[in-house]
Amino acid sequence: MTARDRNMNVETFRYDNRIVRAFAIATAFWGLVGTLAGLLAACQLFWPGLNLDTPFTTFGRIRPLHTNAVIFAFVGNGMFAGIYYSLQRLCKARMFSDALSWINFWGWQAIIVAAAITLPLGLTTSKEYAELEWPIDLAIAGVWVAFTVNLLGTLLRRREKHMYVAIWFYIATAITVAVLHIFNSLALPAGAFKSYSIYAGVQDALVQWWYGHNAVAFFLTTPYLGLMYYFLPKAADRPVFSYRLSIIHFWALIFIYIWAGPHHLLYTALPDWVQSLGMVFSVMLVAPSWGGMLNGLLTLRGAWDKVRQDPVLKFMVVAVTAYGMATLEGPTLAVKSVNALSHYTDWTIAHVHTGALGWNGFLTFGMLYWLLPRLYQTRLWSTKLANYHFWIGLLGMMFYVVPIYVSGVTQGLMWKQFNADGFLQYGNFLETTLRIIPMHMLRAVGGTLYVVGIVLMCVNLYKTARSGQFVPDTEAQAPALRTQPTRPEKKVPGWHGHRWLEGVPVTFTVLVTLAILVGGLVEIIPMYLIKSNVPTIAAVKPYTPLELLGRDIYIREGCVACHSQMVRPFRSETERYGEYSKVGEFVYDHPFLWGSKRTGPDLHRGGGKYPDAWHYNHMENPVSTSPGSIMPRYPWLLTRKLDTNVVQVRMKTLRRLGVPYSDQDIAQAHQQMAAQQTRIVQNLKVGMVEAEPDREIIALIAYLQRLGTDIKGSPASTAPQLTGP
Amino acid sequence: MIRNVLEHIGGIEWYGIISILLFFACFAGVLVRTLWLKKPFLDRMAAQPLEPDLPEPAPEESRHD
Repeated sequence: MTARDRNMNVETFRYDNRIVRAFAIATAFWGLVGTLAGLLAACQLFWPGLNLDTPFTTFGRIRPLHTNAVIFAFVGNGMFAGIYYSLQRLCKARMFSDALSWINFWGWQAIIVAAAITLPLGLTTSKEYAELEWPIDLAIAGVWVAFTVNLLGTLLRRREKHMYVAIWFYIATAITVAVLHIFNSLALPAGAFKSYSIYAGVQDALVQWWYGHNAVAFFLTTPYLGLMYYFLPKAADRPVFSYRLSIIHFWALIFIYIWAGPHHLLYTALPDWVQSLGMVFSVMLVAPSWGGMLNGLLTLRGAWDKVRQDPVLKFMVVAVTAYGMATLEGPTLAVKSVNALSHYTDWTIAHVHTGALGWNGFLTFGMLYWLLPRLYQTRLWSTKLANYHFWIGLLGMMFYVVPIYVSGVTQGLMWKQFNADGFLQYGNFLETTLRIIPMHMLRAVGGTLYVVGIVLMCVNLYKTARSGQFVPDTEAQAPALRTQPTRPEKKVPGWHGHRWLEGVPVTFTVLVTLAILVGGLVEIIPMYLIKSNVPTIAAVKPYTPLELLGRDIYIREGCVACHSQMVRPFRSETERYGEYSKVGEFVYDHPFLWGSKRTGPDLHRGGGKYPDAWHYNHMENPVSTSPGSIMPRYPWLLTRKLDTNVVQVRMKTLRRLGVPYSDQDIAQAHQQMAAQQTRIVQNLKVGMVEAEPDREIIALIAYLQRLGTDIKGSPASTAPQLTGP
Repeated sequence: MIRNVLEHIGGIEWYGIISILLFFACFAGVLVRTLWLKKPFLDRMAAQPLEPDLPEPAPEESRHD
């Protein structure tokens, strides 16, 4: 150590590589699991036999398993791997607490395993990307706090005065995900793994999509932008193109993103002003998003020759390009007139997969190929294999995305097509489903290629690790921050504004929190507090006890994955389904079940459309009533006994949330259920179906027949009268 | 209590306009402050990730190829 070093109080410390390795291995493993679950779901859409006639493997339960595995297990672990590696080096400090690092790791893996067990069991809230039930939600909050404390603690102990742009994105991620998760998961438990959202109907929808959209923003985008800002310059050995641009793009992005959630609810029963606000901010999002993309791509200026040689850069270039495409497409889809066509179709699925397969997937792969050889002090086992992975993955992505773009546009147009006489050209929804099956098959080919690519990567990374020697801790030296000048000398120009902000992590974090809270509050507070936004409809009554249990079965089976309950105010929809949905019809819906995809038809006006026996036969074997249907069979609903013991607890829970069940309603719940069950069984007899009254199917039929009937003035014929408060 | 007070909140039509104005105010603020930053500082910040942390593996082709 030189005299100068001693004056600067140079400290020696060690970067923790063990935690990075653990997250990297988990990333590769869950990447494979998540995409395999997706492949199964994709194949079920043209080969219903793959639902295997068991509750655990039906599409409605596999689909959330896939989305949760890819978002939280694959991308989540990838994000942590990258953050734990880069944060230590950018702060010139070991992580604040090794214990918190490992709580973060094992806690996160335990949550993933809990999700992998509970989702196939049908334990779900049904809210997209927030399906996990309340005990797991609490665990997520705990683990996230551990991560955030570790992140902020490391920042406070840093030896580098200024926080690099990647760190800002990490801060925004930690804070915003916590806020989103807490507010969207607020629910009242009605059992060990059953809860009801504290929000109802339109409020629940708005909070859910404020969360859902920003889960994309702050879980799939901001942390990965941080990783891009660290690993892309590293891999290219070039500084980021414009640091100025990164500052502007960061603040604009986190400020605008939070406002854009309502674009998931265009033309629904959401108040128009919220829809317009969501649309305008979504369109504005193009600018900061492209600022980030261009900053990434232009970082490669003068280094494009390297892209030809280096698979790491190849993956990263495609990732950033995919980010650019997805962030141009997103605002396009948020324009109301485009959304009128695209919403509920495969177009949305194609859009999110451009982001997931291209942006998140390829950036993760590039990062892992860069990281593993360094952690093991060796070279990549096979560059050739990594190049194969790149091309197979890219082809897979194309084969996945392009067919379902075609599928989405085709089906959207078919839904809206009228013939010369003014009738729907394709009045039978099934016609539109059958037309796009070839596209679904092609999509599965793409998914298979993508999975093969991941297998190649796992082999390559395993062989790389075997050929090297893992470095558990890397020694480094840097002067302590307290010995560095805290104030600049007056001669140094430019010591103001953002430069100051980059040296004060706590203030920075507070400002980030403010930026993300403003948008959420402006949109959601009026929804909470102004009654005029949710006009009440006198005819709308709470569900009967049997309907309530039927609704819980609908939630358990994940029906919302394929069926919306939201008729939009278009002639093509009112002709097909009936009267468009009114916001006041959902005031007792905890949670809302509007859905986001119509693999099957909308069900909001399904009540009374078919006889009870039709529903019974349809659930037993959908092709018996709808030849060619791709819906799974639900034979267990016909044999399983309905658990009626829970009904009073559930009614009481809902009453605490504002559903007007009287004491008498709750006390007489069992008698009322028995009466409605008997009437449904009688109806079934008329349709030549013999059924026991205490089976789950009876409750489900009660719920399906109730849907959307309140405003017709003739609630389901079998429904008993509730007394109300 | 607060809930009841706010139930009568008026001027909902201003929410959208205020939102846009708020954004442009923040955006303009960040833009101005960012343009003030000096090049040496920006260059130093941009180079932060490029500082070596682990000894780089030899640059030759991978072992397997």
